[in-house]
Amino acid sequence: MGYTEAAARPGNFRERLVYLDHAATTSLRPEVLAVMTEELGHLGNPSSLHNAGRRARRVVEESREVIAEVYGARPSEVVFTSGGTEADNLAVKGLYWARQAQDPRRRRVLATAVEHHAVLDSVHWLADHEGAEPVWLPVDEQGRLWPDTLRAAIASDPAAVALISVMWANNEVGTIQPIAELAALAREHAIPFHTDAVQAAGQLPVDFAACGADALTVTAHKIGGPVGAGALLLGRGTQPVPVLHGGGQEADIRSGTLDAPAIRAFATAAQLVGKERDDQAARLAALRDELIARVRAAVPDVILNGAPPGPGRLPGNAHFSFPGCEGDALLMLLDAKGIACSTGSACTAGVAQPSHVLIAMGADEGRARGSLRFSFGSTSTLADVEAVGAEIGDVVERARRAGRAMAGGGRGAASRGTPEAGRVRQRARAGSAGHVRQRARSREAGGLDIRRGR
Amino acid sequence: MRVLAAMSGGVDSAVAAARAVDAGHEVTGVHLALSANPRSHRSGARGCCTLEDARDARRAADVIGIPFYVWDMAQRFEADVVADFVAEYSHGRTPNPCLRCNEKIKFAAVLDRAVALGFDVVCTGHHARVADGVLRRSPDLAKDQSYVLGVLTRRQLERAMFPLGDSTKEQVRAEAAARGLAVAGKPDSHDVCFIPDGDTRAFLAGRLGRAPGDIVDSAGARIGHHDGVHGFTVGQRKGLGLEAPAPDGRPRYVLAIDPVSATVTVGSGAALEVLEITARRPVWSGCEPPDSPRACLVQLRAHGEAHPATVSPDGDGLLLISLDRPVRGVASGQAAVMYEGDAVLGSATITGTAP
Ligand SMILES: Cc1ncc(COP(=O)(O)O)c(C=O)c1O
Repeated sequence: MGYTEAAARPGNFRERLVYLDHAATTSLRPEVLAVMTEELGHLGNPSSLHNAGRRARRVVEESREVIAEVYGARPSEVVFTSGGTEADNLAVKGLYWARQAQDPRRRRVLATAVEHHAVLDSVHWLADHEGAEPVWLPVDEQGRLWPDTLRAAIASDPAAVALISVMWANNEVGTIQPIAELAALAREHAIPFHTDAVQAAGQLPVDFAACGADALTVTAHKIGGPVGAGALLLGRGTQPVPVLHGGGQEADIRSGTLDAPAIRAFATAAQLVGKERDDQAARLAALRDELIARVRAAVPDVILNGAPPGPGRLPGNAHFSFPGCEGDALLMLLDAKGIACSTGSACTAGVAQPSHVLIAMGADEGRARGSLRFSFGSTSTLADVEAVGAEIGDVVERARRAGRAMAGGGRGAASRGTPEAGRVRQRARAGSAGHVRQRARSREAGGLDIRRGR
Repeated sequence: MRVLAAMSGGVDSAVAAARAVDAGHEVTGVHLALSANPRSHRSGARGCCTLEDARDARRAADVIGIPFYVWDMAQRFEADVVADFVAEYSHGRTPNPCLRCNEKIKFAAVLDRAVALGFDVVCTGHHARVADGVLRRSPDLAKDQSYVLGVLTRRQLERAMFPLGDSTKEQVRAEAAARGLAVAGKPDSHDVCFIPDGDTRAFLAGRLGRAPGDIVDSAGARIGHHDGVHGFTVGQRKGLGLEAPAPDGRPRYVLAIDPVSATVTVGSGAALEVLEITARRPVWSGCEPPDSPRACLVQLRAHGEAHPATVSPDGDGLLLISLDRPVRGVASGQAAVMYEGDAVLGSATITGTAP
């Protein structure tokens, strides 16, 4: 059956979207939506000194306390931002600038090769514009950074290290890093340690104080909250140079009017995480394991990327490579079946990019291009897993055919020339030059064929 | 049918996709990212080219209400179209990249992938028709694109859908506006898409560097020099960079290009006239391959007229084209497309000419 048939035939159309892309963004929890909608009806800038302002400020501060509590921080350590990207930029650039100001020798920025682009490109920017020397910490084939790797990287010139940034859990393959152990190594040299905990914050017990990091990124829309609110948790004494200048909000570290409705919604989402996390993690892991089993059954040569299911992997993450397939073909075919998943990142135009994460894990480009991420969240059910299990075999088969068509150099069944045409081409190449010369006697315009014949 | 609509971001392909939907087909829009333009720090990044075109195509798909994806064809496009374009010029020939793109990308790589993925046809906004498997000119002769599609085989045409075949460009624009497509007023693209500033000579110089040589007159006397044969096309008059005017005071044209000795021969317009043309790689989509001389019309460049001629196969896969009356400025590398009335019989690549 053709891939669009199911979607187009009314009776067959999958009414319910099978959404398995919670690592891109999670569905808003109904409680969060209610709170946010309610708050949007209130007037007041949290920085204003009148009653309406104070009310908004109270919402922000109560939210700050909730978020601090859930993530093991003090309220004063929570700096609200517009999301994960901004928090990562503030941590990486702001800490680099601050450390440089204290000692200009500090140029080395240590980060894993599998960071999210918000960290990766911030480091690249520092290298291009501020003289930073990036040290890309290699990971193993599961995407793990070994503490010894970090120890050695620090040891080669500890005094020159400006900061270290290692993500808590990888957004593509779900690999979890030993953050506490890594942060302890940084602490030995009093080097600021930042961790991007965006993916971890909804599924793992993320405790800022206990992990020993100096800076930690979270964002609301990956934990059931709205897009547009996030936070950088900053330990006492960790003072990045601001990226955004203006009204001096957030202790001058991050200027800009605080978004009270989004922040309140963020706090509500965090509260739910705090309450339900362990049960949720177990539930997601069970769904994930069932998905892996069904995909393996349908596609025996599938490769599960990242760490094996267990403590080293995000419970809601399954990431596969399908040999011989292009990820974008798989995504399109599944999309037509009402199944939403991800190939990783796409450029602005919408072209799927080979994953830098898989490449860093040692995958060849084919394996990187033929990969798909399924990520679970609060709304995921067994029916989602069943839907994927029912379709994935056919979809992979079709994508493989397309992969072969492409690899065949555009000479697939549909467009292939006749055998005679091939013969003619061959002869023309083999040098019927004399012929041509004879016929086109005097002006052999641009005839390479002709000249070669001489 | 399951239709893959190639959407360039222009008005034609948008209306073509919309018409395919109206005709009751299941349509999916695809924008082909053709230009490799690696962004910094994103190893392997590619295809991030004409962002505006990709966005326009996406918005058109939104308005039409069809799924939309971007396919990365940059590698194939570079190998099959751009590299070919550069190589042809370096060999003193004048390629037609749009034709090559239809032959190798849209109705080959894209079509094969589409068919493998379960589509029946590839739909484009070309101004041409297919009737009973035969390619025909658009009624809007000024916009007719049958020439750049003439290279397609019968099998490729079977899998092609050109919904604009019976419409004029004006009608297409009016329909786009009526459908609320923002691209209704978007100017037509005329240039080679991978040379956005239109400076082909600079583009080729960037790829090929300098390969200086002589400019000679028809008698072989050196009258100037040039930076590379890739800067010239047979029939070209402007940009020859000759200081001394011709003895007879008449304009001079490029008559021949010899890439091996890097010599460009110039002469009078009269000397450009050709009667005999040889061409290779004939494709006969509109008739059986002729085994004896056949009278037809021949079009020798994209916006040229069709000339009465007799075409004869030489039994060796080559085609000899004898024009009824002399034609000026026929360049090797261009396609000779054979017509009967408005029907395309076939196409072949010009390899040489004679007076
Ligand atoms: C690991 C990681 N860091 C940072 C971000 C960016 O967060 P935001 O979308 O809130 O800017 C994401 C989201 O894609 C992520 O997965």
